[in-house]
Formats: sequence, C-alpha cells, structure tokens
Amino acid sequence: MKGVFFVAKGVVHEHDQNLNVREIIQEKKKTKSFNNYTEKFIPKILFGIAAISVFTTIGIVLTLLTETIAFFKDVPFIDFFTGTKLKPLGENAVFGVLPLLTGTLISTAIAMLVAIPVGLMTAVFLSEYASEKTRRLLKPILEILAGIPTIVYGFFAFTFVTPLLRSFIPGLEPTNILSPGIVMGIMIIPMVASLSEDAMSSVPNSMREGALALGATKLEVTWKVVIPAAISGIIASFVLGISRAIGETMIVTIASGSSKNFTFDVTQSMQTMTAYIVEVTGGEAAAGTTLYYSLYAVAMTLFVFTLIMNMVAQYISRKFREEY
Amino acid sequence: MSVVTDKSNASVKDTQNSAKEDTKKVVYETKDLNLWYGEGHALKNINLAINENEVTAIIGPSGCGKSTYIKTLNRMVELVPTVKISGEILYRGRNILEKSYQVEDLRTSVGMVFQKPNPFPKSIYDNIAYGPKIHGIRDKKILDEIVEKSLRGAAIWDDVKDRLNQNAYGLSGGQQQRVCIARALAIEPDVILMDEPTSALDPISTLKVEELVQELKKDYSIIIVTHNMQQAARISDKTAFFLNGEVIEFAETDKIFSNPSDKRTEDYITGRFG
Repeated sequence: MKGVFFVAKGVVHEHDQNLNVREIIQEKKKTKSFNNYTEKFIPKILFGIAAISVFTTIGIVLTLLTETIAFFKDVPFIDFFTGTKLKPLGENAVFGVLPLLTGTLISTAIAMLVAIPVGLMTAVFLSEYASEKTRRLLKPILEILAGIPTIVYGFFAFTFVTPLLRSFIPGLEPTNILSPGIVMGIMIIPMVASLSEDAMSSVPNSMREGALALGATKLEVTWKVVIPAAISGIIASFVLGISRAIGETMIVTIASGSSKNFTFDVTQSMQTMTAYIVEVTGGEAAAGTTLYYSLYAVAMTLFVFTLIMNMVAQYISRKFREEY
Repeated sequence: MSVVTDKSNASVKDTQNSAKEDTKKVVYETKDLNLWYGEGHALKNINLAINENEVTAIIGPSGCGKSTYIKTLNRMVELVPTVKISGEILYRGRNILEKSYQVEDLRTSVGMVFQKPNPFPKSIYDNIAYGPKIHGIRDKKILDEIVEKSLRGAAIWDDVKDRLNQNAYGLSGGQQQRVCIARALAIEPDVILMDEPTSALDPISTLKVEELVQELKKDYSIIIVTHNMQQAARISDKTAFFLNGEVIEFAETDKIFSNPSDKRTEDYITGRFG
C-alpha cells in the first residue's frame, strides 16, 4: 500500500512512460516454455489420482464377487435369499439371509422415520425462518451431534433410551431394534438437516421474491417454491441418510443384540447385516469355511442394497429436478 | 448468399478506401467465417476487416450472432462443446483458427470485457495484478506501477486509490466494470473486445465507459458489441450490422447511420424492428 501511495505522488511516475508491460510479458513468455509441458502433464496425473478410487471400487467388488460365488457353491442362491432361518454355527448350519435383511430394513426405516421429518423441518426452520443469530447458535449444536462417535450413541441407546422406552412399552426386550433405530435416526438428523439446508439456501432469492410479490405467504413460498426447487438436494440428503443407516454398525451391535429372529416385531432383538459381520469376524471364522464365505455374501448383499438406493435416488432427483 | 458476397465486397472496398485516406493497418481480417452450434448455423459467411486504433461497433437484434462473432475473435466460443467453425480469422496476418495457434498467446494479446462485470472475489489490487502475475511479473514495484497505470487508464484510479486492498465486490456495478477494463489493460493487450459492456450499467456509468473507450482508442483497437444504437453512433468509427448470422452492412459509422445502403439496416436503425 505504501508503495502505491508513493507512486501516486508522482515520484516514480516518470517510469510510467518507460514501462512496457507488453514487452515484459513477451520476454517472460520465451522463458516460460516449460509451462506447456505442465499444462499437458498435470491433467494426466490428476486423472491417475482420480482413477485410484475407481480401481479401489473395482477391486472391492471383484473380491466380494469371487468370495460370494464360492459361498453360493456351498449354499444354493434361492435358499440364501428365501431362508428365514439363520444358524451359522454348530452342526447343521443354516444360512438364510432374511432375518438379517429384515433387521437392516426395519432399523433403517425407524431411523428414517425419525431423521427425515426432524431433519427436514430443522432445515426449513434454519433456511427460511431462523434469524442470523439463531442460526449461528443452532448450527454448531447440530454439528456437535454429527461429531459424536457412534459407539457413544450405541451405549446411549442401550443404557438410556431402552430403559426409558421400557417404562411405557412394557413388552420391550432389553435388547431390541426400536431403540437403536431411534438413536440412529437422531444421529442422522444433522446430516439430513445440513444438506437440505444447503440445498434450500442456494435457491436464489429472486424466486422467493417472485412468489412473495404474488401475495404468497411465507409458508406457501417455502412449500411450493423453495422445497420443489431444492428437491434434488433434499432427496440426496435422504438417500445419504438411508445409506448411512443401512451401513451403521456399532449402535445396532450394542443395542439390538445378536438373536437372528425373523420377525417384524420392533420390540424384539434383531440382527442387522452389519452386526452379523461384526459377530462373525469377531468369532474367528476360519478361511475357506462356509461361515467365512457367508461374510462376503452378506457384505455383497449390503453393497447391492446401497447401490440400488443410490441409483433410485439419482433417478428420483433427476426426475424431480426443477432447473434454475 | 449473393447479397452477402456483394456486401463483403463493398466492405472490402470501404476498408480499401479508408486505407487510402489514413493508411490504417488491418488488425483482424475475417474470411468466409461460418459457425454452427450443433445444427444451428449461427454465423454465415462473415467477411470483415477491422482496423487498428479504431472503434468497431457490432450492432444487431438479439440472436443475430454478434456476441458469437466477438467470442470467436479470441476463441472463447470454443468453450461451447458443440461448436463447429470453418473459414479463416487472420489476426495480424496469422490464422487464429489453426490448431497450432496457442490460444493463450492469442488471449494475452486480445483482451476481453464481458457483459456483466466479473471481477475476481479478491482485492482491487489483486484483480489488476492477476494478469501480470500469471505472465511472470513478480516485482512488487513494477506491479504497483502497472496497477496504478491500468486503473488510471480505466478512469477509476481516483475512485479506488484509497481502497486498493478492499474487495472489488464492494464497488458499484459501473466501478466494477471499469476495474474489469483496467484488469484487461494491465497486460497491455493489442485489441480489446467488449461484449455489451454497458448493458448492466446505469446511464452515468455508461457515459464514463463510453468516454473511456474513446480515450483507449489511441493505444488499442477496440471491437464493441452493443445493442444500443445511439452508443454505436456516439463512439465508433466503423459499424457492422449483423442480422440472422450475416453481415448485412459494414461501413463508416456516419454512413451507416445517415445513409445506409441496405433497406434492412435502415429499418433496424430507425427502430422498425429488433
């Protein structure tokens, strides 16, 4: 800054006539030939780095696939997917995945029943109604919620939520799917809230103004203009939430026990696919056994589930997108 | 088709005539330029010769290809993926559409000012110093000089000299646009392309930019797209009238506005359409 003022007083001003930027640049250009090299080379490096995640994915899928195929040599495909009985240990081991599937789907459904309404309402409040001051207070609190380790949520579900629920649901077992489902929902709220809020606050103000200028109320603007405009981002947040719930491990392992019931009764203990993987890997499954391969089959099922979720979500968000 | 070639012949004659008068050099020569966006034929057989140290205005109704043409002159049009170009554009005698032409070199010599002011979200100083810096000028003293010179050149120095370290977005639209002009001047280009530079500005800012263009003409060749015919009449030496991707008429601005040779030009400038 000082230098600039100095110039302003005209002391260096005479140099202006001599200063020929065009010539300096031409001069510099001659020594800059390596630049073309980097311009060509760097994108290739970037591509290589981007390819790492692609190849990792391919690697994981291939491993899952080969081991899963090995599993289906021992256990018929139909038996696995229609079997309502899972008894992986002992003499007459039975591998039916349905108990795990219902466990995962029910816990995810409970979690989303909590996370979607609460998260979306929070997002609407933060983006459309909250004053700058409230927002500044609320957002960090939400982020703290997102930062709590899942193991903490796990024993919170086991030692606090379950006893609390038992006080008005007498039939609730000490380990059950309801309590971890709810706690998982609480864990996902910040994710849904903050991603939906981002989507809503990036809707241009001119759209809100357009609706308000027609005499719309604030609520009408929010429901009929802002949310439809932000819907693809909102749905994306739901799907990420669902994927998170499907993949969540610790909370259900701790609070839902390991009984492999095939049931739809949320007061009972159920095992999810992830909890099953924890149990079996913890129990030293010898490589090459059916038990060992069953890990991969369950993992593959889990993977296919999340993949389908993501594809459905992309389809929905493309279909509902309002271009702006 | 025949009309177009007639016109282009006429325009070549015009430039030859003026060349006799003041022996001005041609900086840009466009020969049989055709451009397609996908299937849409956006520019049809454009033939224009643009002189050094003159202001050349390009007028015409929306969608006539005037912005496309000016963006072709520094190959910014290539940012549209479906674009196809044929013909020649000679800049200082070299065809810029050749593959071997380094587009960065071209854009170093041919500056551009956009329709909406688009300063970087940095301080005013850094906005101006960005160009010289990427071209390897690191010396703080030289940069200071360039910044002052460019801001003076864009007639904005007095407005901003006390707040060079503030964000350029704190300025008014008109000031931002002049900062963008200063940014273009900082690397001392040869030609400055302006794509409706005043369309987002208020009348007073517009006036300032127009005065500036007159001033810059001494050192630079300026090609300006405008949808404001009065503006073209006020500031330009030559005017090209575009319609549906064709050059209908290209001549001295005085002639275009007082005695156009084509009926369509007359209709347009008298406000009968467009």
